[in-house]
Amino acid sequence: MTAQPVIAARNVWKLFGPDPKRYFSSLQGGESFEKIQAAGYIAGVRDVSLEVAKGEMLVVMGLSGSGKSTLVRCFSRLHEITAGTIEVEGQDIAKLDERGLIELRRRKMGMVFQSFGLLPHRTVLENVAFPLEMRGQDRHERRKRALEVIELVGLAGREEYFPRELSGGQQQRVGIARSLAIEPDIWFLDEPFSALDPLIRREMQDEFLRLQELLGKTIVFITHDFDEALRLADRIAIMKDGAVEQIDTPDRIVMDPQTEYVRKFTEEIEKSRVVMAESLMIDLAQLNGQSMAGDPVKSNRTIHELARLLINDQRPVFPVADESGQIIGGLHRQSALDVLLGEEK
Amino acid sequence: MMTEQAASNRKQVALALAVAAVAIAIIKLFTPLVDLRLPEGQGLLPWADALDSFFNFIKGDIQNERFGLMHITRWISEGPLEFLLDTTANLMYGKNRWPKIGPVPWPAIVASVGVLAYWLGGWRLTFLALGTLLWTALIGQWDLAMQTLSVLVVAAPIAFFIGLLLGIASWKSSRVERVLKPILAVLQTLPFFTYLLPAVIFFKVGPTAGAVATIVYAMPPMILMTALGLKSVSSEVVDAGYMSGSSRWQMLTRVYLPSARTEILVGLNQVIMLCLAMVVLTAFIGMPGLGAKLLAMMNSFKIGRSFEIGVTIVLLAVMLDRLSKAWVMKQPEHFEKSTPWWKKHWALLTGLTLFIGFIGIAQLSADAPHYTLTEGKKQGNVLQYMWGISDEVHRTQGLSQGKSIDKAIKAFLEIDSVQATTNWIRGFLIVDVLIPFRNFLLSLPVPTIVLLVAAAGYLVGGLRSALVAGGFFVMVAVSGWWDRSVITLYTVVSAVTLAMIIGLPLAIWAARGAAPPLTLKSGVGPFLSGLAGWIFTKIPLALLAAVVAGSYHFFSGQSETMNFLAPQSVSLYLFVGVFLLLCFLVRNWRRDSVMLAIVDTAQTFPSFVYLIPAIMLFGINDVAVIFSILIFTLVPLLRYTIEGLRGVPPEMTEAADMSGASRMQKLFNVQLPLALPTIAIGFNQAIMFAFFMVIIAAFIGTQDLGQELQRTLAGTDLGKNFVLGICVALMALTFDHIIMRWADQRKAALGLN
Ligand SMILES: Nc1ncnc2c1ncn2[C@@H]1O[C@H](COP(=O)(O)OP(=O)(O)OP(=O)(O)O)[C@@H](O)[C@H]1O
Ligand SMILES: [Mg+2]
Repeated sequence: MTAQPVIAARNVWKLFGPDPKRYFSSLQGGESFEKIQAAGYIAGVRDVSLEVAKGEMLVVMGLSGSGKSTLVRCFSRLHEITAGTIEVEGQDIAKLDERGLIELRRRKMGMVFQSFGLLPHRTVLENVAFPLEMRGQDRHERRKRALEVIELVGLAGREEYFPRELSGGQQQRVGIARSLAIEPDIWFLDEPFSALDPLIRREMQDEFLRLQELLGKTIVFITHDFDEALRLADRIAIMKDGAVEQIDTPDRIVMDPQTEYVRKFTEEIEKSRVVMAESLMIDLAQLNGQSMAGDPVKSNRTIHELARLLINDQRPVFPVADESGQIIGGLHRQSALDVLLGEEK
Repeated sequence: MMTEQAASNRKQVALALAVAAVAIAIIKLFTPLVDLRLPEGQGLLPWADALDSFFNFIKGDIQNERFGLMHITRWISEGPLEFLLDTTANLMYGKNRWPKIGPVPWPAIVASVGVLAYWLGGWRLTFLALGTLLWTALIGQWDLAMQTLSVLVVAAPIAFFIGLLLGIASWKSSRVERVLKPILAVLQTLPFFTYLLPAVIFFKVGPTAGAVATIVYAMPPMILMTALGLKSVSSEVVDAGYMSGSSRWQMLTRVYLPSARTEILVGLNQVIMLCLAMVVLTAFIGMPGLGAKLLAMMNSFKIGRSFEIGVTIVLLAVMLDRLSKAWVMKQPEHFEKSTPWWKKHWALLTGLTLFIGFIGIAQLSADAPHYTLTEGKKQGNVLQYMWGISDEVHRTQGLSQGKSIDKAIKAFLEIDSVQATTNWIRGFLIVDVLIPFRNFLLSLPVPTIVLLVAAAGYLVGGLRSALVAGGFFVMVAVSGWWDRSVITLYTVVSAVTLAMIIGLPLAIWAARGAAPPLTLKSGVGPFLSGLAGWIFTKIPLALLAAVVAGSYHFFSGQSETMNFLAPQSVSLYLFVGVFLLLCFLVRNWRRDSVMLAIVDTAQTFPSFVYLIPAIMLFGINDVAVIFSILIFTLVPLLRYTIEGLRGVPPEMTEAADMSGASRMQKLFNVQLPLALPTIAIGFNQAIMFAFFMVIIAAFIGTQDLGQELQRTLAGTDLGKNFVLGICVALMALTFDHIIMRWADQRKAALGLN
């Protein structure tokens, strides 16, 4: 990655407990989660280093309580971290003063909360317009903008309702609308679609993908749903007990788990849906002249999408072409079938 | 968690202390030297004088132009505060001050409050509000009520805002919280006479002093509720506020305060209720209004009028309580997009229209003849009378029945069996119980009592609690007011003990809830208990029917020709009919709900009115004092006992049922032990209430701290007043500390919470 990352976290720790800073200075580094817990502290985030590039969608996964929300809260400085640094666009956010932090949140960041965080005394419209109001936008404009996004999330007609008069999924959509209203450059989405039905969920996913591609938004996305993760993620980070076990592209996570935990975590996933032709591809140089006749396959197709072809077409090696149609390598039919059907035992 | 070892250690030390206490008491029989008792009014050190000079120092001296607190307080009381009070006084009852446009005619106020009540809580509330205000006006107490309320409408908002600010401060800064906490604890136990005198000295006699005392008295719960509400705002809402880029000010005003709306409004409800209670009590420093009238009527033993004023105060209290609670419950509602503006603001518009309309009517009818009801009827119909009172109910026009109530009550008390009963209770209690108990307590040497209290402290909280409890009593001992303090203590203990004896069984009986079917199969006892329950749950209905029939009886003119109970009386049949109809409409009321409803209502009554039935039944003596405290403290006792028993998890009672426990076994082995911590909290509140009431009972005539405190009101003896007040507070705080610690420990041990 050459360009400056949007978010750069280095050795970030977040401990909960009576006096985390002091306790942290007594640590040697590398203490286990259990040991920290025995001392009366909870390691929400344990020595996390990662970078998120501009326009990237990073999906964070992990079991309940593994520290996903906490990590994201550290990025937005809703939590003061115990140790390490977090830079947002090159600026160390721990060093921002109150004014600077408010500005950062008003201009750059948006967040959708796991349990919505709607203001109970405000109507849907007023909730959605709230961040605009904080920025001091005038009444008329913020109303217009709020109505737009309310329409977008399918809540038109409920503008005047109060949160308690809405269903869980509707409340969640208000939360989404609220963060859409300001179209921030950096988006933190904490299980934003957990309460939505499959149809709306898909629509919302598409909307975020569209925004990301069109406007180059940077998104950190928390979810428990692998299908969702695979559909959205550029990279996936898997967390356990506050630490990031592995952070990688979806197919590498699946094909090449770095730890036992990640392997178990991803066991249930159907690999063929994740692995693309590109990642099984062998360089032209290494093919040493095997025949590569016939139509090429697109490098960004998953094996699952190629299944019919793989079964019907007997060629031992398929040529692989990139977006522009240029042949960039070859795909062994056998290795692709192994992924599709599982390796022979 | 406490270990077994520590617990048994505590028991031993506590026992040792108790033994020492008894030993000293025995030694005293031989040599009174051990009884380190100071003569009355002479503390170990001249505390009162020291405090006096301290107060004098900070007070400053207006005549000799030495600057001090007095300059500020006098400025406030003669400036903004007096201005506000005068303005409301002019508007509400026509005091001759700026803006000189009042009084607003009473029907205008009644109508707008009625609309407000409807907006807040529908027809039931409207019925209550209109009933209360019409009663107040027609009985001829409108001006008195407005005098009282004109102070309340100034004091309550001020107490609310100061409380809100201090609440925010104590939420923001833990240092402020640490400082405020003990101050609030003392303020909440300080007898109200101790609020009154400084208020009078610093803020000038009359409404200003009354308002200030009221404000200080009503503030503590507001502070606590605000801080509680702000602390419990959900953290995601807070985070959402921050992520929207709110500044601190925006966070406070647009996120925190609106989200804590419920708690803040509950605080407001308490402010209003405490304000009312205190405004009535400021009669003791000459504040005019309902309280002063009640005081005067009771002084001259006009029970009928006292009773009527008591009813007014009680109705006003219930009305204010329900109105403000309805506001707590009222959630904002949304309108569809195309709703016209007048539909959104219909309540305001109706209220305004009625308000202006009634002012107009009052203008027109100002010169109408002021018939009394009877005269009005002679002129043709009741409308004549109503036209005459539509601007103001003149003295002669009130419908007060003071004299006949007097007669009725006297007649009732003179019934032989009633008289015999009250006489017997009075005689028995005074001669056989109260006086011996009092003398016994007074005869105990000072160190004995101190050690006993310390022993109790040690038992529940170890050394620290022993030091707190014992220390507080030592302070009382060296204050120079030991004997009076002991008499106060004796009154409190006797009253609360009696309240327990009556209240606990009553609460247990009520908590049984749904009554079993009435059959004689299971014996006479259960049948009687069931029958009592059936009758009991019908009390509210009977009351309601009585109000309806009574109003008819009165306004139809029947009251002039025949007795309500006469066999030809239509009103009587009306009563029976309405009652049966109501019984039919609401069939399944449970005892516990009815009891809780009664207790909840009684809880809103200003303490002062509890004196009325006491004096009525027992005249002016110790039994009346004890009786008034008893019924006052019965309220929290009943309430917490019922709630404690109802809160026992059903799986536990079911487990007992399945083990084949009889009802009594279940009660004593499962329900009572589990409910005990909650009952203890009720007991604690009962004691706090008792310490409050015993001071008011000084009015009846006691020989304790309250009496001495009341005397200080006449002078400027701030030091003495303060010392006496602190004595009461110290004793109350000791009980509070010991009982609450015990309850907390029990709760922890039972794994409740
Ligand atoms: N404010 C806090 N104080 C103390 N502990 C906390 C706090 N917030 C989180 N924790 C702890 O940190 C750990 C991680 O919590 P976090 O909310 O980040 O989990 P999560 O991965 O988001 O789980 P879920 O999928 O259930 O949302 C948990 O053990 C939690 O108890
Ligand atoms: Mg979470």
